[in-house]
Amino acid sequence: MNSKIGYLVAIALLLVLPFVVYPVFLMKLLCFALFASAFNLILGFGGLLSFGHAAFFGGAGYITGHALKVWGLPTELGILFGALTAGLLGVLIGMLAIRRQGIYFAMITLAMAQMVYFIFVSSDFTGGENGLQGVPRGYALGFIDLQNDLSMYYFVLTIFIVAFAIIARTVHSPFGQVLSAIRDNEDRATSLGYDVDRYKLLAFVLSATFAGLAGGTKTVVFQLASLTDSHWHMSGEVVLMTLLGGLGTIVGPSVGAAIIITLQNYLASGPLGAWVPVVLGLIFVVCVLAFRRGVIGELQAFIRKSF
Amino acid sequence: MSILKKLSLSVSAVAMMASAAAAEISDGIVKIGVLTDMSATYSDVAGQGTVVAAQMAIDEFNGTVAGAPIELVTADHQNKADIAANKAREWGDTQQVDAFAELVTTSVALAVFEVAKQQNKIALVSGAASSPLTSDACIPTGLHWTYNTRALAVGTGSAVVKEGGDTWFFLTADYAFGEALQADVTRVVEAEGGKVLGAAKHPFPASDFSSFVLQAQASGAKVVGLANAGGDTINAIKAANEFGLVAAGQKIAGLLVFLSDVHALGLETAQGLQMTVSFYWDMNDETRAWSQKFFDQTGKMPTGVQAGTYSSVLQYLKAIDATGSDDTDTVLAKMREMPVNDMFATNGILRSDGRMVHDMFLAEVKSPAESTGPWDYLKIVRTIPGEEAYGPLSESNCPTK
Repeated sequence: MNSKIGYLVAIALLLVLPFVVYPVFLMKLLCFALFASAFNLILGFGGLLSFGHAAFFGGAGYITGHALKVWGLPTELGILFGALTAGLLGVLIGMLAIRRQGIYFAMITLAMAQMVYFIFVSSDFTGGENGLQGVPRGYALGFIDLQNDLSMYYFVLTIFIVAFAIIARTVHSPFGQVLSAIRDNEDRATSLGYDVDRYKLLAFVLSATFAGLAGGTKTVVFQLASLTDSHWHMSGEVVLMTLLGGLGTIVGPSVGAAIIITLQNYLASGPLGAWVPVVLGLIFVVCVLAFRRGVIGELQAFIRKSF
Repeated sequence: MSILKKLSLSVSAVAMMASAAAAEISDGIVKIGVLTDMSATYSDVAGQGTVVAAQMAIDEFNGTVAGAPIELVTADHQNKADIAANKAREWGDTQQVDAFAELVTTSVALAVFEVAKQQNKIALVSGAASSPLTSDACIPTGLHWTYNTRALAVGTGSAVVKEGGDTWFFLTADYAFGEALQADVTRVVEAEGGKVLGAAKHPFPASDFSSFVLQAQASGAKVVGLANAGGDTINAIKAANEFGLVAAGQKIAGLLVFLSDVHALGLETAQGLQMTVSFYWDMNDETRAWSQKFFDQTGKMPTGVQAGTYSSVLQYLKAIDATGSDDTDTVLAKMREMPVNDMFATNGILRSDGRMVHDMFLAEVKSPAESTGPWDYLKIVRTIPGEEAYGPLSESNCPTK
């Protein structure tokens, strides 16, 4: 009940926010919030630290960009196509990676993501170092001009809310419960008769697909796809967002993404311009040392303790 | 007439004059946004130094042009095209920025071009190197100031062949940029009657160049061309030094090397390296005076990218001063009409495809014995006329030229 009111307030806030804050910045924030939420699905609820999610995020960005720019697909289809391709890539990488746990899982995902990265560096369709530029935003549903930042914002917000709702639903579904059980004690889940690998793979693919959805949407917003999004730094950044916001909480990753993106954006033009990476690193250290449950995790724990 | 009335009259007269002067200046302020890399790979080549350089251009106008104040805003794009696009768009939409300057690295320049095209604002590119910025990827309001890959390839390629370096071996970064650079130089070398004996592709980025340097030595080529950039170039030069490549009589030709790279390498390692530069601080009294002022503020001598940023911002302000307007098309027309004459360029011509054509220089890194003091690194071997470096306008594929 309480959370329902909370969500309604949040949606109302998001609806009026573009009149106060610069909409393109908000769209970027939403894209990363979705990316972090998708990542949280596999790390927070599946207990698997993937270090290769940039491959899905960046990969879908390129695919969407190519589909819109070269094939001329409608915007929605282009984004959907990017997300599905990321899902397919998730099947391939996931099938290999879920056979191992812990550090080995992280290393396999990282290695696969690096392979994908080098394919992007040397491919023609990605533009290599220069990136894929000039992707048209097109029209939503065939008639809403997305060149207008406000309509683009509501388009992105719709995608975000729908995807976020699906992720939240997944977490609270029987599937999500089994996933948490596997995270907490894999052997027990196996002994109860669950096919652990299938659950893990499905969670991985879902996470990859939503990461792809975020990447594709980001490409449309900025009208470009660049190597930054598939570089392993991005895989690290999304871990940071998720941990900072609160691992295994529904809204935590979005809050973490908001904090990181806001810092990146506003520190960049201040006197701390050259120190952005240092500031982010310090925040990470403080977060790990002082509040391990992340912003939202600590908040929840505080509420639970106090009331 | 009472004093009060007199006062109010004169106040309103002043106000009218001020508004007349600033009428042509949108929002009553000229705002220039320097978007550069302050923290990553290119922060030495461009970075804070370009902000200082842009400020030096503004200071020459004492901070006002055509009756309106000039304001400089800056941001670190961290070499990420999306951050650059976001920042540029925000500047244009909400902060009345009239021109974007510097824009190092091609992906950033291309991303900002897209924004500049949509918002009809001027983009003054200095740090990005790709020739397509004024060819296939050109926009009507995008100006490419300091150099481009064609000029570097032609400058170093043809000059080195003319100096007798007619057999080449390349160390090429294994991605699109490296291959394009190698292809550009190969064309020039062969046109001049030289021969390319082979190439070794190295991964990008690479730290161990020993096997590639050995291949280059074994090839027996007179010149080893480095078709890479940044850290790769530095590592390759270091490895070449360790294997005594230059001492054994081969020459290294760097295609994308900056003064800051030479400074980082030291003369002992970099000596004998040939490179094409757009600017060197120690060329005449004017460059020396300007560079000294720059040095006083930054503790470093300026790179070509930094000097070019100064020149582009200066030309932009001169055009506003001459026309009394900051309207994009008016300013652009004036910038093209006036030859670029400052300490960076002599009789530079701004072409309709956005290319600023000016003379380039082939330089060789001095040996420690030749150098007489700190930052005395280069000797100019040859002046490459602008037309030769940048090619004729007909070569450009720019649709709006």
